[in-house]
Amino acid sequence: MSLNGRSTYPRITRGVMAIAALSLMAACTTDAPDESDQPADEPAPAATEGAVADTDSEWFVLADYERQLAQRDVTPEGPADQPWLQMIEPELVDMSEFADAAPGKTLCFANASVSNPWRVTGFITMQEQVKVLQDEGLITDFRVSDAADDDNQQISDIQAFVASGECDALIVSPVTTATLTPVVESACEAGLPVIVFDRGVNTDCMATFIHPIGGYAYGADGAEFLRDNLEPGSTVLALRISPGVDVLENRWAAAEKIFAESGLEVLGNEFTGGDGATIKDIVTQYLQRGDVDGIWMDAGDGSVAALEAFEDAGKPYPVMVGEDEMSFLRKWDETAITAIAPVYSNFQWRTPILAAQKIWAGEEVPSEWVLPQQPITADDLKAFLEANAEMPSLHYAKFGGEELPGYPDVWMNR
Amino acid sequence: MTRPVRRLGALHPLTPGGHWAAYLILVLIFVAVFWLNPSFAEPASLMAFVKKAAPLVVLAVGQYFVIVNGEFDLSVGSLVGAQVVIAAKMLNGEESRTWPVLAFMIVFGLLIGLVNGLVTTVLRVPSFITTIGMMFVLYGAIRLWTGGAPTGALSVAFRQVGRGGFASPVGQFQIPWALVVVVVVAVLAVSLMRRPFGRTLVATGDNPRAAEFSGVHHAWVTTRAFLLSGFLATVAAVLIGGYAGVTAQVGAGLEFTAITAVVLGGVVLGGGRGTVPAAIAGALTLEALFTLFNQLSVPSTLRPTVQGAIIIAAVAFAALPRRHRSRPVSGAVAPEGREPLPAAG
Repeated sequence: MSLNGRSTYPRITRGVMAIAALSLMAACTTDAPDESDQPADEPAPAATEGAVADTDSEWFVLADYERQLAQRDVTPEGPADQPWLQMIEPELVDMSEFADAAPGKTLCFANASVSNPWRVTGFITMQEQVKVLQDEGLITDFRVSDAADDDNQQISDIQAFVASGECDALIVSPVTTATLTPVVESACEAGLPVIVFDRGVNTDCMATFIHPIGGYAYGADGAEFLRDNLEPGSTVLALRISPGVDVLENRWAAAEKIFAESGLEVLGNEFTGGDGATIKDIVTQYLQRGDVDGIWMDAGDGSVAALEAFEDAGKPYPVMVGEDEMSFLRKWDETAITAIAPVYSNFQWRTPILAAQKIWAGEEVPSEWVLPQQPITADDLKAFLEANAEMPSLHYAKFGGEELPGYPDVWMNR
Repeated sequence: MTRPVRRLGALHPLTPGGHWAAYLILVLIFVAVFWLNPSFAEPASLMAFVKKAAPLVVLAVGQYFVIVNGEFDLSVGSLVGAQVVIAAKMLNGEESRTWPVLAFMIVFGLLIGLVNGLVTTVLRVPSFITTIGMMFVLYGAIRLWTGGAPTGALSVAFRQVGRGGFASPVGQFQIPWALVVVVVVAVLAVSLMRRPFGRTLVATGDNPRAAEFSGVHHAWVTTRAFLLSGFLATVAAVLIGGYAGVTAQVGAGLEFTAITAVVLGGVVLGGGRGTVPAAIAGALTLEALFTLFNQLSVPSTLRPTVQGAIIIAAVAFAALPRRHRSRPVSGAVAPEGREPLPAAG
């Protein structure tokens, strides 16, 4: 019984309830990493430190690695000033089965989430691209479902789209690869063109799979830059967001291989959750134990915090690998460091819409549409800074939306 | 019937249930850190540690007020995140706006604390639920306001508190403002707990019925605890924003870390026992533990397991009911570290 509404459970019971509830809450928290949203279904990989052989392991497939690194040097087909339409080594497939010239289409999009600034930027760009086609009359209805990084939610979203029968094309950005495969296959069987982008699925039934070159190329861009700009024997610290996320693991696998063959000393690879305070703390601790000549990151989150750690410790700046996030680009310009910004081409969010347009027009599209993935170097930096001068600091410079109607307000005032 | 108490003399507070156990754990972890890395003992390294640990210490003090009163405040993580994002958006890098924005943040933090307190006391919603709800409300509202990605920037003046300092009169290092903030907060909190409010807070947490019978206005005491928690979360937000800047997920999970810190310091979940210095020791222990993990290069996949095991062991050591004491008469607050009360019946 209670005197005034307050619980009078014995203290032990309250304590046990509290601990049980806290454990439940801890289980429910996740750290959402950057472009890829959920840990993949595969179990956590074996230790990634130490020697890397040229054999395949869970996160390193030599053939894919070599193919991606080679694709960086291939000249893409298509207009150089519209990289979201360029294709690398395309194998074009006939799409006439889906051709339908009638206007007034319904376009459906099953989004994994908008849980990080990269996805937020990309989704705004995608919506602006859709508006262009809506003004032309091609699309009348753009239906979007947001799965908030939940596999089961996305499966039911896609099933709902397919069951409605009203989608003239379905775009999917999967939460995880293996789990979403069956529902994508069932969408293909329902007869509508399915366009998968960002992360893939383990089938090739879809009309096209759109993605930039890939994680190995991303990791290699950064690692090769460090190798070329540091003396052998220099120290490198690798900062990673989360283990078990396939795109991020590929980046590190490529970097690790290049570091092993380069003569650079890798001090360690630490998981940070993308949190600025954690990154700053970790870098500070490494600086207390010795010099850090270069920093490799698997994504740009918290890159500014890493640089600030050097400032606060009074040490000279490292050679830095960041990303095309505006806060990093601005810090790069301000501090005049030696740096490179690999990109996971944010403009890939425009391509699925244009792919749907091509498919409806009966044009051929590649079964795997590989977009260019060109890092931002010191030569390009000024141009990108000027083009994005008014953009917020968590905007991505390679968003590709400069000639879309809403530019720049829609991205500035998100 | 009383059992004979083993007389350990001066070592008694260090035994299981003793109120010095939290400090023992802190000393042990620091010894391990120093032993692994002697350069950690240099003033510059220690000051860097203080800068990093300051937000959690301040949050732990705020959480202490609420927990010793028998409640929970799970909204502080979201509140810290919201405050940093609000500050960045309102400041937009303008130095002149620093003080008005700070004033607004304090008002906002107190308002959230007030809402938490009133919903818990007037609407009789268990504080666990109230503050979880507030956590989600803040999280969603901020994401709605910023469209998912924080905009703006913190001014240099704002960031000085968490990131800057002044030259030390002795030696060549910098004393961080964060250290000053922590010391001021600690001193104020300890003196507040010695006042009637502080004693009432603990008494209400220990036995609300007896407290009501002795004329305590329970609703107002609890509300003030939440006000303090909201205010200190705002201070922690200023420290964190200064230290690390604005990232997309600032503040996520901090409420869990703050409660862990407080519990590690021997404050009992459910209220009635614990001191401010012990809560601060718990926060410092947790931060030192993270540093230790880093120095030992503990694989990240193993860290949560090790952290959980250490916390369970430390809490068991510090918060077990004392075996060598008689059971206190129901309703009376047992004094700590003193002679046993006369047996009941």
